[in-house]
Amino acid sequence: MGIIRRRSGSVSTTTVSLPAMTLSYIALFAWAFVVLFPLYWLAITSLKTPLDVNGGPFYIPWRDFQPNLDSWHYIFVDLGEDTFRPYLNTVVVGLTSTAITVILGSMAAYGLVRMRYRVTLGAIASFAVGLAVTVALLIQRWALPLAALAGLALFVLLLQTVARRSKRAVGNDDIAFWMISQRMLPPVAVVIPIYIFFQQLQLLDTWGALIISYVASHLPIVVWLMRDYFQSVPLELEESAAIDGASPYRIFRSIVLPLAVPGLVATFLFVLVFAWNEYLIALFLTSANAQTLPLTVAAQNATRGPQWWYMSVLILIMIGPVIAMAIALERFIARGLLVGAVKG
Amino acid sequence: MSTLASSRVLRAASASWRPVAARLDRSAGLVFILPAVLVILGFSIFPLLASLYVSLSRLGFSEGGVELKFVGFDNYAKLLFGIDRPHFLGISGPLTPIGIAILTAVYALFAFLLYRYVRGPGLTVVGLVGRVLATVIGAALVWLIVDTVLTSGRPGTLAVTLIYVGADVSVQYLLGLGLALLVVQRLPGRRFFRVVFLLPMMITPVGVAYLFRMLTDTSKGPLYPVWAHFGLTDVSWVTNPWGARLAVMIGDVWQWTPFIFIVMLAAIETLPQELNEAAVVDGANRWQVFWRITFPQILPATSTVVLIRLIEGFKIIDLPNVLTNGGPGTATESLTLHAYTIWRALDIGGSAAVAYMLLIVVTFVGIAYVNLFRRRVAALA
Repeated sequence: MGIIRRRSGSVSTTTVSLPAMTLSYIALFAWAFVVLFPLYWLAITSLKTPLDVNGGPFYIPWRDFQPNLDSWHYIFVDLGEDTFRPYLNTVVVGLTSTAITVILGSMAAYGLVRMRYRVTLGAIASFAVGLAVTVALLIQRWALPLAALAGLALFVLLLQTVARRSKRAVGNDDIAFWMISQRMLPPVAVVIPIYIFFQQLQLLDTWGALIISYVASHLPIVVWLMRDYFQSVPLELEESAAIDGASPYRIFRSIVLPLAVPGLVATFLFVLVFAWNEYLIALFLTSANAQTLPLTVAAQNATRGPQWWYMSVLILIMIGPVIAMAIALERFIARGLLVGAVKG
Repeated sequence: MSTLASSRVLRAASASWRPVAARLDRSAGLVFILPAVLVILGFSIFPLLASLYVSLSRLGFSEGGVELKFVGFDNYAKLLFGIDRPHFLGISGPLTPIGIAILTAVYALFAFLLYRYVRGPGLTVVGLVGRVLATVIGAALVWLIVDTVLTSGRPGTLAVTLIYVGADVSVQYLLGLGLALLVVQRLPGRRFFRVVFLLPMMITPVGVAYLFRMLTDTSKGPLYPVWAHFGLTDVSWVTNPWGARLAVMIGDVWQWTPFIFIVMLAAIETLPQELNEAAVVDGANRWQVFWRITFPQILPATSTVVLIRLIEGFKIIDLPNVLTNGGPGTATESLTLHAYTIWRALDIGGSAAVAYMLLIVVTFVGIAYVNLFRRRVAALA
């Protein structure tokens, strides 16, 4: 890829004058304090005894209170297996679902940016009719596969006949909005149907159920974010590659994806964070085997009130790996990846 | 313009391929989008329909178990006109002069926008009906907030949620964008800040809620000296409705500003630098460079991230639930928490009805936002 050049070194627009620099640093340190102080409080709370926590605000270890590792000991040794299993579950479910979501979502986003889709109203109506028939058959106590097959057959039939006459259609923007609209219903409303759904598939309390749920519910976010990043990739590059005989898949893989790396990294990072921290769906779909860490955190709110010290330890060990990943990936969100690409 | 060019890309691409590959190329559009569509469709349709049905029924106990009894729109009627009205819509009081002034101003603006659309070019029937509908619903929501917040009444969960979303998203956006602009400068140590600023987002929302409960505790929290100074240690500040709401909003801003920060950062970093350099050579100052060059280019990303935060913000639950348990009374209760509390009381139909009302409001806000803002941005780009 000779045409794509990375550019490093200083750029004239970004040299900063001294007063501007001072003000910037004041603002940056102020917000850093706002961010870090609560985390500091978590850290010292994890080193306090229940007596220290309840005795009043103690700020500085060794001066105000004697730090100890009792809570850490409890979480890692006494709870032991009950900490590590949710931990493993969280890692597996988080990474797997995020990887799948980012791959499927970027493909769809690229399609929505560079291809033109037309879904005729006839096709949508056919689908609705097929779905209605399926539901009606289910209410008549047909078996699910049979009812679904009948609905599908009707859908295809209508699609090939009646729907062909339909001229009015919805386009890319409408498809994108439909996708994001799937996130509008609050999880509280959908957990019971989702529970029944996975019960039927016999996937309750497995990684599979969580991975499927997270992929489906986070896909719209990936699609929406990646759309914008792909939009900013210069079209000229793709065109010249196409003229050189590259297939759309190859253009996507070798040109568009590498150029959208900052966006991919940012998107990956917070889809991972969403999956890592999801609470309500995990609460319903898992029990002993596939339980994830957010449930363990919430479980520290016992009948005697929240066990702040255990909670703090758990929150800290939960964010550890994500922070490591953020540090590792941060350099990809680097400026200037696109600089010079078009000129070449 | 992009569609034209893309069809050119496709045609050029498929021109010299062997038959199979050419066929694959032509269906490339479907290959790209179908997996995502199928996953979303497969996962969303059943829950959507099922909870719609549940919202139209009531859970009853019968011999040998539970059953759902179809009750039509009873659950919705209860929310809008019946026993749950104070909880959902709030209690209204007589309008104050300030309220009347605000209402007049907002309604005048709505009327002006509508008038401008009617007189302007591009008037269509669908567009007109859509705008009239949007104006009516928007006017109703504004009236609801003014009538319950700025009077002696008290806001219901709908108004509280709207306040949360409006305040949270605007503050988060301003902070997130400002921080992103600060760290794109070539300052020593900027990588440190970039990672640090992401941290709040990485904590599980339940954890953030408990963390803020710890921080805001008036007798054991780190702000104890502040409370002591004002003699507030024995009073729980969460007995003050606005104090409690403010705490919830601060928690939400703390947690989600990083989301906007990272998206805006990535958007700014992906921008080509030539324009900025040219502008500086021509003597533009930093403010002009930002306002005339950077900002228009990050508008698409802005509109996306704000839409996502709007949608997610409407679903706020953990903070009010853990921090204040929705109290005092129902002062900090959001719609999702409302749905959750009556769901715990086994009124599953009522809970689904609240959720559907939320869906309707979010859909309305989303569509209005996309049509009024995003389309315009897309036209600019």
